[in-house]
Amino acid sequence: MTDAALGAIKLANADELESPARRALRRLFKRKGAVVGLVVIAVFILLAVFAPLISPYEPTATSWSLVRKPPSTLHWFGTDDLGRDILARIIYGARASLLAGAISVGIALSIGVPLGLLSGYRGGWIDALISRMTDAMLACPFLILAIALAAFLGPSLGNAMIAIGISATPIFVRLTRGQVMSVKVEDYVEAARAMGNPRWRIALFHILPNIMPALLVQATLSAAAAIIAEAALSFLGLGQQPPAPSWGSMLNAAQRFLTNAPWMAVWPGLAIFLVVLSFNLVGDGLRDALDPRER
Amino acid sequence: MLNFLGQRILQLIPTLFFVSLLIFSLQHLLPGDPALVMAGEERDPAVIEQIRQQYKLDQPIPIQYAYWVKGVLSGDLGESLRIKVPVLQLIAQKLPVTMQVASMAIVIAFLIGIPAGIISAVKKGTAWDYGANLFALWGISTPNFWLGIMLIFLFSVELGWLPASGYVPLSENWRASLASTIMPAFVLGNAIAAILMRHTRNAMLQVLESDYVRTARAKGLSERSVILKHAMRNALTPVITLGALELGTLLSGAVLTEQIFSIPGFGKLIVDAVFNRDYAVVQGVVLTTATIYITLNLIADIAYVLVNPRLRA
Repeated sequence: MTDAALGAIKLANADELESPARRALRRLFKRKGAVVGLVVIAVFILLAVFAPLISPYEPTATSWSLVRKPPSTLHWFGTDDLGRDILARIIYGARASLLAGAISVGIALSIGVPLGLLSGYRGGWIDALISRMTDAMLACPFLILAIALAAFLGPSLGNAMIAIGISATPIFVRLTRGQVMSVKVEDYVEAARAMGNPRWRIALFHILPNIMPALLVQATLSAAAAIIAEAALSFLGLGQQPPAPSWGSMLNAAQRFLTNAPWMAVWPGLAIFLVVLSFNLVGDGLRDALDPRER
Repeated sequence: MLNFLGQRILQLIPTLFFVSLLIFSLQHLLPGDPALVMAGEERDPAVIEQIRQQYKLDQPIPIQYAYWVKGVLSGDLGESLRIKVPVLQLIAQKLPVTMQVASMAIVIAFLIGIPAGIISAVKKGTAWDYGANLFALWGISTPNFWLGIMLIFLFSVELGWLPASGYVPLSENWRASLASTIMPAFVLGNAIAAILMRHTRNAMLQVLESDYVRTARAKGLSERSVILKHAMRNALTPVITLGALELGTLLSGAVLTEQIFSIPGFGKLIVDAVFNRDYAVVQGVVLTTATIYITLNLIADIAYVLVNPRLRA
């Protein structure tokens, strides 16, 4: 056997020894887009967590002498219609957006995954019932359902997150169900069943870990959609309530002053765009990194 | 085919039942006494009593639901509490406006998304491909309300080419109508173009690797003929049906876009209803949207079977 061939065998063994999670991470870090996305998300998380330390001003501090001042060395992003520093509001606004992304997706996962597992694994009338309920929710467009729910629940950031979470749930039910259907006929699930494992144990310890990659990709992409939805609800006055900062409500205020203070509209929109783009880049990167066909 | 159609319609019944249940239960999310919340600032006992009567709030919940469904089935979606007009009439007034903007958006989406997807697949790995993928990422990640505001700033405030807001009906003045709807249509179309581009690219890549395309190339056909006559025709069938399903994105997008451009359509109707606590209108809009979506879904399914001979047996 030649040295080259031996080298190839060694490499193949090394690839087999590597854990799936480590392999996925290695592949993810090879994708420039995903790495840029991760860095941007990390920066925004740091901004949100350490906002009081980083922010140059209080986000709610108004000043009548500073109304609608263009960007300057004192106020890098300019000031708004009440003389508040836009940079400070962008930094604090990251809290509402990221929290909405995380909590909404958390709600959708914690309702959608158990229902999807139950539906896909049990089958029968339970599956039919859950599937039709999912179809019904999917028939109502995501944002319209979120607006309707938020309108009935009452305007607040908490209710907006609940509304977005519930509206995002059917996607997770459908995805989990589909994944369970394809995994439950695999030999290792059959073997676990033959060993006498109870159904809940098979679902939680044998099926769930194997469908995690697909859920992780969807969770990342749904976080992007949830951040846009939170901004949209706040834009409409159904999310974060003034004077607390939110990128969506900042855009709403900016719309009235486009002629003489366009900077008010540029920064919050750019912040939403950057965070959403980053989540989409990471989601796309994860999808490729976790795809077994791309080894 | 008839069997398929029958099965598909039968499946719709439970879905529609759950849609109705979902929309009906919205009013029970209201904190406290729904009649008081719906009345808002209005404290007149007569008005509160009228709301209680209209929604049958003094009856048990299953009876309230039965009355509501009975009304919906006979075309009665309730009455707007604020302007005292039947909800169905309001929807019938607003829907054509949204349909005009939505159809323009679909045309824009197809004109951008499909050529971009084809070029990206044919020139895979080149600068064209990267450019098209960047465009798709941009389209998916840009909040449409921000894009709308930026377009108003550029084309209305800075350049003064287009009106910043308002709507002129097509029947009144077609030029002014196009000018008032082109920006919102572009905002709506942009996001769908990105999704269509991704679908088209994937479908084309799959088709370009198939045996019949290889055979067409082996026969010595020009690349142009292989792509336009052999590959594209087969790749676009699923894309067009998938495109029909983007109606949800379109209607969701219309809510904010119409708000920004002050277009008196379906989207603005729901936002105004939310602000006015006009809950019957909110329910009516969600119900109409879901019904349109389900119907289009059915049409898309049937069209897919009709154009795909392998599924027709």
